[in-house]
Amino acid sequence: MTHVLEQAANVPTTGPLADALAVRHKLMDLTQASYEAALLPGDAGQVPIAIRAALACRMARICQQAGLAQHYADLLAGYGSDADPYQLAEPGNQPPASEKCLSAMVTYVDLVTQRPRDATKEDIQALSEAGIEESDIVRLAGLVAFVNYQLRVAAVLSVMGEAK
Amino acid sequence: MSRVIHKFTSRIPTWRPYITPIDFDNATPAQREALKETPSNTKISDYVLVLAHDPESLRIRTSLFNGIMYDKGGLSRDERELGAVAASVVNRCIYCAAVHAHRYNNIVGDEKVMQDIFLRGKEADLEPRIRAILKFAMRLSECPPNVTDNDIQSLRDVGLEDQEIVDLTLSTTLFGWANRLMHTLGEPVSNL
Repeated sequence: MTHVLEQAANVPTTGPLADALAVRHKLMDLTQASYEAALLPGDAGQVPIAIRAALACRMARICQQAGLAQHYADLLAGYGSDADPYQLAEPGNQPPASEKCLSAMVTYVDLVTQRPRDATKEDIQALSEAGIEESDIVRLAGLVAFVNYQLRVAAVLSVMGEAK
Repeated sequence: MSRVIHKFTSRIPTWRPYITPIDFDNATPAQREALKETPSNTKISDYVLVLAHDPESLRIRTSLFNGIMYDKGGLSRDERELGAVAASVVNRCIYCAAVHAHRYNNIVGDEKVMQDIFLRGKEADLEPRIRAILKFAMRLSECPPNVTDNDIQSLRDVGLEDQEIVDLTLSTTLFGWANRLMHTLGEPVSNL
């Protein structure tokens, strides 16, 4: 099975790092399965897969992880040229205020990626008030949390893999 | 009336969700399946019942969580808990920090290290290996994550092998994940 994370981090196929990952192959398989559950779920609820890819790309760019940013940009491009009409994959871009759900989601993604320590009850209330159901709030939170994990694992593996 | 906790502690608080936990008696088959295994094999908590709104992710996440924290070999149990606490301090997840400081203290049989970390963070006065692990894990947990050759070298300098560095990375980043759920979907309150 090809794993998105190791591929994006350009992990060498032999050597001490490859050996260490082989010891944890079950965990890397579960990481890949978590990727699929977050980005390509069977039941996406009201958080469509194209939006998931766009938000993941935005997070990867915020965290300056080139390999995963490219992966998510490619995933998004595969959904068609109008999959991300407000170009939310680019950090800083905002949907129009009339797009209440989407605006609330982007605000949450930016906050919880950059300053999770500052998140409060009001930030979850803002999602509810925008009309997002509880199950979709959990889906969105799960996406943001997973991608932030994946980005950091990739950050370490890419530095370790580059070294001689 | 229970009070919200804002300061780091190794006394485990109660977690009060902002989202309604699912009702186990009315759970769907997919939700029941996802609830079969629990983090650290504890009883089904409100936290897990909140995450069960997304059973597809929860089912995998619990196995991953338990593997990263408990699978044999590589980094010691206490140093995995140290990575978890470092992330939780950066992300200010009071609940996760308390649970994993408590576990760390139980493993090493001493509370001094955690007391110092809670009081002084990165400036804590620790022995070199603990200090290097804490610093690496805290830098990795920032946004954007800070990881350079020098950061990896600082771990090698105190004796960590590639396997241990991979394991530390997994336990630290797993808590970047857990903190973003626990700290945003609910809050720690004092026990009644």
